[in-house]
Amino acid sequence: MADVKVGPISRLLIANRGEIARRIIRTAHEMGIATVAIYADGDANAPFVREADSAVALSGVSSAETYLDVDKVLAACKSTGADAVHPGYGFLSENAAFAQAVMDAGMRWVGPSPEAISAMGDKLSAKRLMQEAEVPTLPAQELAAGADVAAAAREIGYPVLVKASAGGGGRGMRVVEDEADLADAVDGARREAGAAFGDDTLFLERWLTSSRHVEIQILGDQHGNLVHLFERECSIQRRHQKIIEEAPSPAVDDELRAQMGAAALSAARKLGYASAGTVEFLLDGREFWFLEVNTRLQVEHPVTEEITGLDLVREQLRIAEGEALGYGQDDLSIDGHAIEARLYAEDPGNDFLPAPGTVIAWRPDTATNARFDSGIEAGSEIGLQFDPMIAKVIVKAQSRQEAARRLARVLENTRLQGITNNRDFLVAALREPAFIQGDTTTDFIERVDPGRKREISTEALHHALIAAVIHAQAQRRAGARVLGSIASGWRNSIMPPQMTAFKHGGEEITVTYRARRNGGFDVSVGDTDYAVSVFADGADDTDLEINGRRVSQSLTADVDRWLVHGAGGDIEFEELPRFPVAGGAEFAGGLVAPMPGNVTATHVAEGDRVEEGQLLLILEAMKMEHRITAPIAGTVSQMRAAVGDQVDNGELLVVLEEEA
Amino acid sequence: MPVLDSTLDTRSEAYKENRDGMLKMLAALDELHEEVAMGGGEEAMARLRSRDKMPIRERIALVLDQDSPFLEISPLAAWRSNFNVGSGFVVGLGVIEGTECLILGHDPSVRAGAFNQFNAKKLMRGLEIARVNRLPYVQFVESAGADLRGQGNDDPEAAIRREGGHFAESGRLFYEITELSKMRIPTISVVFGASTAGGAYQPGMSDYNIFIKNQSKVFLGGVALTKMATGEDADEESLGGADMHTRTSGLGDYLAEDELDGIRICREVVSHLNWRKQGPGPSLPIDEPLYDQEELLGLVNEDLRVPFDIRDVIARTVDGSRFEEFKPLYGLTLVTGWASIHGYPIGIIGNNGPLMSESSEKAAQFIQLCNQIDVPILFLHNITGYIVGTDFEQGGITKNGSKMINAVANSTVPHISIIVGASYGAGNYGMSGRAYGTRFTYIWPTAKIAVMGPKQMAGVMSIVQRAAAERRGIEFDEEADAKRAGIAEHWAEERSKGLFATSRVSDDGMIDPRDTRTVIAISLSICHNQDVAGTKEFGTWRM
Repeated sequence: MADVKVGPISRLLIANRGEIARRIIRTAHEMGIATVAIYADGDANAPFVREADSAVALSGVSSAETYLDVDKVLAACKSTGADAVHPGYGFLSENAAFAQAVMDAGMRWVGPSPEAISAMGDKLSAKRLMQEAEVPTLPAQELAAGADVAAAAREIGYPVLVKASAGGGGRGMRVVEDEADLADAVDGARREAGAAFGDDTLFLERWLTSSRHVEIQILGDQHGNLVHLFERECSIQRRHQKIIEEAPSPAVDDELRAQMGAAALSAARKLGYASAGTVEFLLDGREFWFLEVNTRLQVEHPVTEEITGLDLVREQLRIAEGEALGYGQDDLSIDGHAIEARLYAEDPGNDFLPAPGTVIAWRPDTATNARFDSGIEAGSEIGLQFDPMIAKVIVKAQSRQEAARRLARVLENTRLQGITNNRDFLVAALREPAFIQGDTTTDFIERVDPGRKREISTEALHHALIAAVIHAQAQRRAGARVLGSIASGWRNSIMPPQMTAFKHGGEEITVTYRARRNGGFDVSVGDTDYAVSVFADGADDTDLEINGRRVSQSLTADVDRWLVHGAGGDIEFEELPRFPVAGGAEFAGGLVAPMPGNVTATHVAEGDRVEEGQLLLILEAMKMEHRITAPIAGTVSQMRAAVGDQVDNGELLVVLEEEA
Repeated sequence: MPVLDSTLDTRSEAYKENRDGMLKMLAALDELHEEVAMGGGEEAMARLRSRDKMPIRERIALVLDQDSPFLEISPLAAWRSNFNVGSGFVVGLGVIEGTECLILGHDPSVRAGAFNQFNAKKLMRGLEIARVNRLPYVQFVESAGADLRGQGNDDPEAAIRREGGHFAESGRLFYEITELSKMRIPTISVVFGASTAGGAYQPGMSDYNIFIKNQSKVFLGGVALTKMATGEDADEESLGGADMHTRTSGLGDYLAEDELDGIRICREVVSHLNWRKQGPGPSLPIDEPLYDQEELLGLVNEDLRVPFDIRDVIARTVDGSRFEEFKPLYGLTLVTGWASIHGYPIGIIGNNGPLMSESSEKAAQFIQLCNQIDVPILFLHNITGYIVGTDFEQGGITKNGSKMINAVANSTVPHISIIVGASYGAGNYGMSGRAYGTRFTYIWPTAKIAVMGPKQMAGVMSIVQRAAAERRGIEFDEEADAKRAGIAEHWAEERSKGLFATSRVSDDGMIDPRDTRTVIAISLSICHNQDVAGTKEFGTWRM
């Protein structure tokens, strides 16, 4: 570490994208540091590209062609004259060779030393190092090529976790409850790990079904000063990825905090750690075990910032510049309670499968100063190539209960439409009594099973439909080529009312309306009649009085879809065309792609007999494998997909004929 | 432009009385409109629906651009006649795919869409509107042919004596449909059902024909007539079905799956017409009048002898109540001036008393000025006629009134007439009555249109008969005269009523006074499909 260059940073290249790139740009600019963004083709219109002082196109589509391409990133550093690199999280953040190359090029690396990174990068060797530092670890077994997997699993005891040694972000992870599923899980994890990390080394580890995920934020400078910034609890996970994180943990008291902090610091000391990092533990009661060290900034770092008042990116940059922390453990204390929820483009109703698409409407509820760390804006596309996270929403309050209540409200009041997302689920989770009581364990979702989708009241739906027809008629009037200044739907005789049909939740709803002489409308939604006065109808919002109730709503028409946001949250429905175009009926017996992706394996061919539940093919999307299985026993009459095919959402893959 | 200062006192007893009277009349009209909307009645409507057919008003509502206005022409035709009120046809001005069209629809629930003297008049009026304003013509055809009722069902001899027309004059509608086409005004027919004999020529003469599968049937002679004429046992589908006409005969251009699909295709056809209005678009600010249009309800008393200021109508009709009065100090019984309605510049001529020599000359001059600058003219009628009397005759009232009629008759800018009160005698002509090439004529419920006021009419007859009795030296029967005068006045009153006028299709419809501004605006926009051009050519001015 003798050749680490120090001194003020003047131009920082951010080797990342999305919300974390924006997050780093914000602090860098606050510190007077110029920023350079790099971007993949799909990110060309992303806010972080515009917000950086300069940006370099990496000319590529996939991660491998762009943010993971060390040569391209280094060339961007050189061409822009960057004197420091912040890797964010993911991508090259835990790539020791890259860190070394950055330093070799004479730039500051905003992160721990390459040695610390590589020591922790391999999860197996990290465990060994921790054992030496007398940090408790869970029993584990490496799966060498040709190893007796079943025997190793038996030795550890079920349930076991199959884990990629180079892994992170939940990829290449499988929990196996039963020996029968072990071989499949190991194969899948190996494929996923190989694809995601270029290293398919796996190991097995004891799986604690109902424990807490608690991690300690550490911070070290290049002068040997080390502190911890207390814990974060990140037990609420799906697909082994955190979705709700908080600090402090409701399960950690001062004594336990001191113990875990000490363990984390001894690990850090062992590594000579000089940056921000996280030591992750599983906590069960008062017993805790080391999981891994993340040698980078964590996604959930904002909750720590909120309770400590520190800006972790600022601290990272100061450390990289060679500055001393300037404070010790005793100077730090916890103020209040912070909770973060991650909004993802995913379908909680369909096993949280990623749901790529376009964010049509996005308006964070900032009325109560909630913090939104997001990389998107209205119109952003959440594609297949990168992480489907939309935003992190963070609130801080004096009590945990207040924080949870406020975060739920902020999420509900945030307008996020056009893309399937987990917001309703997050709100439901935050309002679960179990969550409020702090009964949060890693099996929270399975155990407590919060609602996947908010129930929409008939009243809220009717209000939204009324807003849609009122808004649409005004738009049509404004766009009329002739007679546009005449009152809406004006008649001098009795004619049928104006009519628009909608579809919501599979149900067709007809809305009829007539303008009144005073500018109001008589509206019927199905059999319910409403008297409507229009107070305001702007480009994307309406302020109506509906049967004496004042209702403000925002709304967007996206082709035939209506996205309405009101007091009851977001509501989406489809407008049916006035003149239906005759179309083909649904293809019975056909299995369609649940999302866009690549076909990576096919297991059946035309003419094959299949059992119910039999694996037909594997679709890889968003770096995850999705198994398409037979819903019925039958014969494969058509096989439309082949390995290597790029398929679209809804594309027909396989046709099954049911057995007579 | 100056803003009118209206002095209407909306808290006065007179205002309240006028308003109550008007609301009563409007309520009665609402009931008539309800009856019109029911077409041939509940049973006929139910029968229609049971055959998966839509009532005509639903068909029209669907062909119109959503939320666009629809101005129905003569909706109360055939009131107080032997036919259904409404006459069985719906004619109106509507917007299809951003194009203003004249839309005509047979109501199959009323005598299977058959023709009668009232709806025939309405249809001819529709064709006239399309022709003079250059509007694409869309007809929804479904017609059983001629409805022979109302002809001699009581006393055949009396009926034949009343009859002033003859079959030999009929068929002009086909002439006019092809004339539209010749004038480069597209004509479109959607055939919703059987259209036999003469009815077959409605699509026959059209530029575009849309037929509906298993529903449209078009033939010169039906199955029975064919059997009678040639002995052939034909089936309806091969004789005149939609499939046959679109695949074999070529009479049909588009084959629709069902009614909705036919309407969709009709909209598509209009969307390709590449329709460009030849008149200019609105060019002035479109702002509401400063005075509430609702107040027009309290302006006119049913008793038309109660005077009102026509400027109070103008103040509630024109953009921003702006009105630049022309010759405000001359010919005070006539108000002339410039304004705009929904952005269209317009000259206004309104009555504030009988037409005198000065006001007649003022009108003649004003009409020439409007022609000079291509500005349409709005006539607001409340006219009992040209002034009579020795002094006035000697002052040349006939000569000067003729100047006004000369100007009106030869003017080529669009005229729109609103009859708010009286429109009697030559006053009706001078104010661009129905017969003067007026593009659109609408009447308020308070309107009365006749050769003269009913009282005057009865009085005049009485005087004339008294004079005849004197000449012949017969004793004049006062009692019989009083009775006769009473009856005459009653029937003159009945005939002069606006509702009777509108039921005979002698105007384009009775309107709610609150709709005056909207009706004029739509009419003006319609007129601007045609070039708006004034003339310098008038008849010889009698000086």
